[in-house]
Amino acid sequence: MNGIFIMPEFDVIRSDARCTVCRVCERQCANGVHAFLEEKGLMVSDETKCVNCQRCVSFCPTHALKIVENPNRLRENANWDRDTIREIYKQANSGGVLLSSMGNPKPLPVYWDKILINASQVTNPPIDPLREPMETRVFLGKKPEKVSRGADGALITTLPPQIELSMPVLFSAMSYGSISYNAHAALAEAAARLGILYNTGEGGLHEDFYPYGSNTIVQVASGRFGVHEKYLETGAAIEIKMGQGAKPGIGGHLPGPKIVGDVSRTRMIPEGTDAISPAPHHDIYSIEDLRQLVYSLKEATRYKKPVIVKVAAVHNIAAIASGVARSGADIIAIDGFRGGTGAAPTRIRDNVGIPIELALAAVDQRLRDEGIRGNVSLIVGGSVRSAADVVKALALGADACYVATAALLALGCHLCRTCQSGKCNWGIATQEPALVKRLNPAQGSERLVNLMNAWRHEIMELMGGMGINSVEALRGNRLMLRGVGLTQKELEILGISHAGE
Amino acid sequence: MKPKEGQVRIPSGCAIAAVIARDGERMSGEGMIRAMEPMHDRSNGLGGGFAGYGIYPAYKDFYALHLFFDSRDTRKTCEAFLKTGFEIWHAERIPTRKIPAITDEPIIWRYFVAPLQSVLADLQLDEKEFVVRTVMEINTRMKGAYVFSSGKNMGTFKAVGFPEDVGVYYRLEEYAGYSWTAHGRYPTNTPGWWGGAHPFSLLDYSVVHNGEISSYDANRRYIEMFGYQCTLQTDTEVITYMMDYLLRRQGLTLNETAGVIAAPFWETIDRKTDLKDKEKHLYLRTVFPGLLITGPFSIVLGFEGGLMALNDRLKLRSMVVGEKGDRVYIASEEAAIRRIEPDADNIWSPAGGEPVVIRVKEGAQI
Amino acid sequence: MKQIDAKELDFRTLNERLRQATDDIEILNCCGQRFIGAGLSDRKILIRGTPGNALGAYLNGASLTVGGNVQDAVGDTMNAGKITVHGNIGDAAGYAMRGGTILVKGNAGYRAGIHMKAYQDKVPQMVIGGRAGSFLGEYQAGGVIVVLGLGEKQSRIVGNFPCTGMHGGKMFLRAACEDIAFPQQVTARRATDEDLREIQNILLEFCAVFSYDIAAILDAPFTVITPDTSNPYRQMYVVN
Repeated sequence: MNGIFIMPEFDVIRSDARCTVCRVCERQCANGVHAFLEEKGLMVSDETKCVNCQRCVSFCPTHALKIVENPNRLRENANWDRDTIREIYKQANSGGVLLSSMGNPKPLPVYWDKILINASQVTNPPIDPLREPMETRVFLGKKPEKVSRGADGALITTLPPQIELSMPVLFSAMSYGSISYNAHAALAEAAARLGILYNTGEGGLHEDFYPYGSNTIVQVASGRFGVHEKYLETGAAIEIKMGQGAKPGIGGHLPGPKIVGDVSRTRMIPEGTDAISPAPHHDIYSIEDLRQLVYSLKEATRYKKPVIVKVAAVHNIAAIASGVARSGADIIAIDGFRGGTGAAPTRIRDNVGIPIELALAAVDQRLRDEGIRGNVSLIVGGSVRSAADVVKALALGADACYVATAALLALGCHLCRTCQSGKCNWGIATQEPALVKRLNPAQGSERLVNLMNAWRHEIMELMGGMGINSVEALRGNRLMLRGVGLTQKELEILGISHAGE
Repeated sequence: MKPKEGQVRIPSGCAIAAVIARDGERMSGEGMIRAMEPMHDRSNGLGGGFAGYGIYPAYKDFYALHLFFDSRDTRKTCEAFLKTGFEIWHAERIPTRKIPAITDEPIIWRYFVAPLQSVLADLQLDEKEFVVRTVMEINTRMKGAYVFSSGKNMGTFKAVGFPEDVGVYYRLEEYAGYSWTAHGRYPTNTPGWWGGAHPFSLLDYSVVHNGEISSYDANRRYIEMFGYQCTLQTDTEVITYMMDYLLRRQGLTLNETAGVIAAPFWETIDRKTDLKDKEKHLYLRTVFPGLLITGPFSIVLGFEGGLMALNDRLKLRSMVVGEKGDRVYIASEEAAIRRIEPDADNIWSPAGGEPVVIRVKEGAQI
Repeated sequence: MKQIDAKELDFRTLNERLRQATDDIEILNCCGQRFIGAGLSDRKILIRGTPGNALGAYLNGASLTVGGNVQDAVGDTMNAGKITVHGNIGDAAGYAMRGGTILVKGNAGYRAGIHMKAYQDKVPQMVIGGRAGSFLGEYQAGGVIVVLGLGEKQSRIVGNFPCTGMHGGKMFLRAACEDIAFPQQVTARRATDEDLREIQNILLEFCAVFSYDIAAILDAPFTVITPDTSNPYRQMYVVN
């Protein structure tokens, strides 16, 4: 053996008493964990291949399976923990850069969980959202600085292009290629039914989804895959992707083996060729160049589409956002460091960027200080997990939230964080036809609609509790928030008081 | 409350332009104003400025100090301080013109001064070093006073606004210089006051710059070892001090200085066949690692009798050079040159890291 | 052909007039106006003066001709059409272009043809008559880049680091290229007659447009550069 043996991360526990050897687990596992041992008439497992996606557990008709953490332990060491040692073995064996998927799993602070929401008592009344009007509609886009009137004194009511949402949530960018056709179909259908938008990511727009154009944000990333005149014309808005929370400062790379069939056609690159997105847009090396790209897109679409600029939350985010707001962008999207990804170098995902809560608070405040908050709308993402997170984000100052991981969970994702393998047993992060068809787009969109309708009701309940009956009155209403267990500095950045104050 | 430039770091993008007459002929500042017009979209109205060389022939032996003051009292205090080290030969308000596009103006004065020989002897300092220390002293310790120009027979003029308006505000058409640089700024935040506009200058060195460098704090912390204090947190400020340090204090040539701040990649050095040149670059990179600048920049350095243009080694910013007769033009975009000299010939883009040095011809009167 | 005097026009006004016009257009006194022809799919536009950045961005079939030099980001994300430049071009020309042709009589700045790609019948072509700056064809994923170095005395007709990250397409340099360091993942070899036949049509067009003699152009060694793999970074990662 040349390489160091790396013990499996999980143990597959099979109850022989319950197992009927129906071999469902074997058929369901694309990783090849389960096998039938003919001579003994038994099912056996190869734990080295298990990613703990829970597919077999979910489908075992007799509930005979459990995936548990491998009880085999290295000697305890508070400094050299298990993952650190495993990573070193992997790199020593391969010489490779460590590659991970989905959001940062490290135990870093989640500020949403240290913020509490207010409710009305006595001095003003809460509102019952089930029986009284409760508005969640939002318009995203640049607001004119001054009203203007025509010669007849009537208001001139032409607005810069806006996006209308029935609730302050959008599905954030996931490219066709990183996720499957069926996943995209489910997102597009759900967005249309919900009156919100989904986002193509940088993989182009499959021709089947052009009819969903008015519910689609088309993305322009540094690789410019699938970007052409009709693509830009079709979307309700155009998003320039400068960065992503899971991997700020680096580009993307969809390996050649995933560039097959329709993915190749949609990206407009040959099958089997790596789809490399450079780290920067090579026409943007400075803030004034961003203005150039924003306006080139506006010129190409005749000023009919709002332009979103998506950036990762990094140290200097307030200044960056302020610069973006002056670049002609209509909407700024900020992606926090816990945002998900189909693949990112582990070291980048786990060490680069800042939490979205702090980034949002700093950006909203800076734009107000500069008097340019009305120039842009603000979308935030990067692990918005619930309706409560949405309400907290809005109260901190966001206009709307980008949601992706929660949407994937609704489609059946079990967060095994192995998207990069392309063998997603849930039919989401894969292009293998046999796996893709496991995700039924109709059922998937149904669950997405359920999830968002539930969130919308919860948002309304929370707003009603505060005596607020329109999201406009929630946006930036930081008095509705209090911190618990936060330092003075953290409270200062969030612009909120401590509970009890 | 909005922080002032210096309390926060404000990344900026920009437009730059410059012109020099190799025969020393004086040009009005108006040309530079017009050159900035076609590059309007590279600025956002939050900073513009100019530097002119050869503009104070009547006072050419004196250091021309340009200062911003926040109040009359600050000015009085500062003047008293200046008198302890300098003979003030002439002092006046810098003439400006009220225009709607330029607001929130500070009190702007200029002083033509000569260091007192007795003070220099006491401190055992040469003249230039004494001027530098005085500038640092005022800019770091005297609240409300700020020296934004300190060279001989040259001056920097800057404000918050579009460069075209800043030029009109300072009545630059009334000045005549043998070389000019200009800058339009695109800061991400409002700078809060005028000191953050560019050019940035120290003694007769002035720098206009486009881009946000990624090595800023490594450079700043290095240069601050030598008595410089970066009060503005801007790239241009630190680059100016680096220039002063390498050119004046270390005595490097312009080409050697370029070899430090925009050093060739090791791979490029390794492949050099001219062994002397290879050795030189190896030496410079090894001696001054803290002064390598990474990230995008295009700069024009103005100095007595010349200009140097330089791009970062990856050439991440655009910059073109054009000529017409004895005039040489430099700008972020060719359109800027064409605006003032439609028939410019020999227009070219210098490669990354390769300095372009243009000097006034020997014997020409500057 | 209709004329538009661009003097005193900002880019938005100029481009709106271009979109509204139905004829071919000649623009006079152009000085720095950006995005000329952005996304246009028909019409011929002749430009006198110096157009601004992002000339012909997302160009979709129109034909743009410039009498002199152009600035940065010409033909950005171009899909189809033609851009002919009788002078030099700035940096990042043809960034991510997927189709169409860029013909340049003079020199190119840095990063010409960066991330140029091809798809099915869409094979973008860029011919640079003079020399090209550093990082020529960075991330090239498809299409053809030709650098002729006409009128160059020095043998190095490209700057440093050509073909960095190249993983598709072809590059032709009219030089022996012995002194140029190419990255490991590409192969540079002397072009054969068969190779040159691939670029014969575009060279004939170049010669017709700029009045060169094809025989004189072909009377020099050509180097052809191709990537060894379309998956250059396959071995770089390990699953974690």
